[in-house]
Amino acid sequence: MTVKIYVPRDTAALALGANKVAAAIEKEAQARGLEVTIVRNGSHGMHWLEPLVEVVAGGERIAYGPVKASDVPSLFEAGFVTGGAHPLCHGPTKDIPFLKQQTRLTFARCGLTDPLSLDDYRALRGLAGLEKAVAMAPIDIVTEVTDSGLRGRGGAGFPTGIKWKTVLEAAGDRKYIVCNADEGDSGTFADRMIMEGDPFVLIEGMAIAGLATGATKGFIYTRSEYPHAIAIMSEAIEIARQVGVLGPSVLGSGRAFDMEVRVGAGAYVCGEETSLLNSLEGKRGVVRAKPPLPAHKGLFDCPTVINNVISLASVPVVLDQGAAFYRDFGMGRSRGTIPIQIAGNVKHGGLYETAFGLSLGEIVDQIAGGTASGRPVKAVQVGGPLGAYFPRALFDTPFDYEAFAAKDGLIGHAGIVVFDDTADMLHQARFAMEFCAIESCGKCTPCRIGSTRGVEVADKIARGIEPEKNRELLADLCNTMKFGSLCALGGFTPYPVMSAMTHFPEDFSPAPAVQAAE
Amino acid sequence: MNLHVSGDVGTRTTAIIGALKGLEGPLLPILHEIQAEFGYVPQESLPVIARELNLSRAEVHGVVTFYHDFRERPAGRHVLKLCRAEACQSMGADAIAERVKALLGIDFHQTTLDGAVTLEPVYCLGLCSCAPSAMLDGEVHGRLDAAAAAELVAEARR
Repeated sequence: MTVKIYVPRDTAALALGANKVAAAIEKEAQARGLEVTIVRNGSHGMHWLEPLVEVVAGGERIAYGPVKASDVPSLFEAGFVTGGAHPLCHGPTKDIPFLKQQTRLTFARCGLTDPLSLDDYRALRGLAGLEKAVAMAPIDIVTEVTDSGLRGRGGAGFPTGIKWKTVLEAAGDRKYIVCNADEGDSGTFADRMIMEGDPFVLIEGMAIAGLATGATKGFIYTRSEYPHAIAIMSEAIEIARQVGVLGPSVLGSGRAFDMEVRVGAGAYVCGEETSLLNSLEGKRGVVRAKPPLPAHKGLFDCPTVINNVISLASVPVVLDQGAAFYRDFGMGRSRGTIPIQIAGNVKHGGLYETAFGLSLGEIVDQIAGGTASGRPVKAVQVGGPLGAYFPRALFDTPFDYEAFAAKDGLIGHAGIVVFDDTADMLHQARFAMEFCAIESCGKCTPCRIGSTRGVEVADKIARGIEPEKNRELLADLCNTMKFGSLCALGGFTPYPVMSAMTHFPEDFSPAPAVQAAE
Repeated sequence: MNLHVSGDVGTRTTAIIGALKGLEGPLLPILHEIQAEFGYVPQESLPVIARELNLSRAEVHGVVTFYHDFRERPAGRHVLKLCRAEACQSMGADAIAERVKALLGIDFHQTTLDGAVTLEPVYCLGLCSCAPSAMLDGEVHGRLDAAAAAELVAEARR
């Protein structure tokens, strides 16, 4: 009898040696005359356990991790092919609390399936949403998405259905669906995990968007830093084309939709939607002034839906299960679920999909289990390099678009990065300015010049040069950048800077001279 | 138009453009392919691209220089990218970067004298839950510590 063993092919697992583990399992099984089938699945998102190897035993998937290639002989020795006990064994995967407590709608299949098996995809309700959409009028699809309350998961939180309606109503011979997969924010990896772990859900979501708006062509714009995501996504598109999910007649509907993957070239600002459109057109990734909105004049001046990966990947479940089902999760105006990405100095890092509304403290202290270093948490940056640093005093803030905005922060793409008490917040503020200077597209002055001046002012504060005056100057500079910049890069860089200065004033009053001599 | 392009680069560039010209917005795919072919984007390629895509040479130059990925000259035999972004910082990436720089005797954006290794910063590999991370010639590595970083350097030097 063949034993089925899962070894993830997600980049996080690969970075921790999954390929070596898979090779070692194959070799060891051969030496022992055991027949095994190794399935390279996506990641469940429990990254502290990666590479997480699963064995199907007694009809259940039993988890072992983190497995190193050198652990493989002892796993076989302990009888792991029949679910045998071993120090690395965590019992049935689905019962691991981190996974069990989640509400997985967008990531329902991620980790369970072979990402390139359309049979696996269909077996777990894949294509059910698209099949419904094919039988619906475009406006009805749009209404379903609007009623679900789904908002842009890239960070801006704009209602997805309203964006689609604008494109549906816009006149144009040619319309586009552009998927923003330029996931450059530190602390985020949800887009990458979907592309590597369940690429068909993104294809399905984009095809539904095409049917809803009359767009016939889609682009996934992703990062050159994501080679595995690019490869898996491209292969999945080819498979979808072969079986008629994509092409001149989507699922035999007579309506066309096709797509391709495009790769950026290391520019963070291309995650900004208008800059991304310029880059897709083959131009410098410079931000465009709005209006016109991309929904009216987007890619090649045509009406364009531009949505984040997670927004589009959440559409199939909305169509399949209905708007009310999705809307019933969440709080306030933040409906549905959000894949929180727990990163940085944490014990349990990974992806945790749940309804909106958990407090930041619950996420950091309970789900993430505190810091990896065992030291006290000092600050948590929420929402990537343009997100605010939250101190423990604000840990009661619920994970919700409006609640974070009310505390001068943002949830962004829902990445959280935890820092222990060794972090120097002046250093972090300086880095925010430095990063903005490196990545600024250069179009508007507050961002281009302000960021460089920001680094200089932060350095003066660090050297103890007129600290009070320079703190005021930094705040003033932030104010100019916030209100004078064309896009979120210059406009939001003040969030980490100001939050660091507001919540951690002690780090902005370093002792002069001694520190400088260091 | 008589372009003074060395035969080889010109021919290979023209072939790449020929294969990709039909795409919508073909410039970035073409530049990626040229870099994959030559290891960098040769100056001699630029006028050929400009001519074939009906762009000015300045426009092509502007695009090439805008993006961090495109190189003006070949890199070392190995390229080591260290993530410098926040999640990696929270796990000690700055100290590891200093260690690697010392081991290689170079700073970011430099190549060792023997041409073996080019060191580059990268801002996020999406491995923020297993930080610090690095990429050596396209292979990803997570949960780096000083020993693992030294091992990577040794591998790159080999």
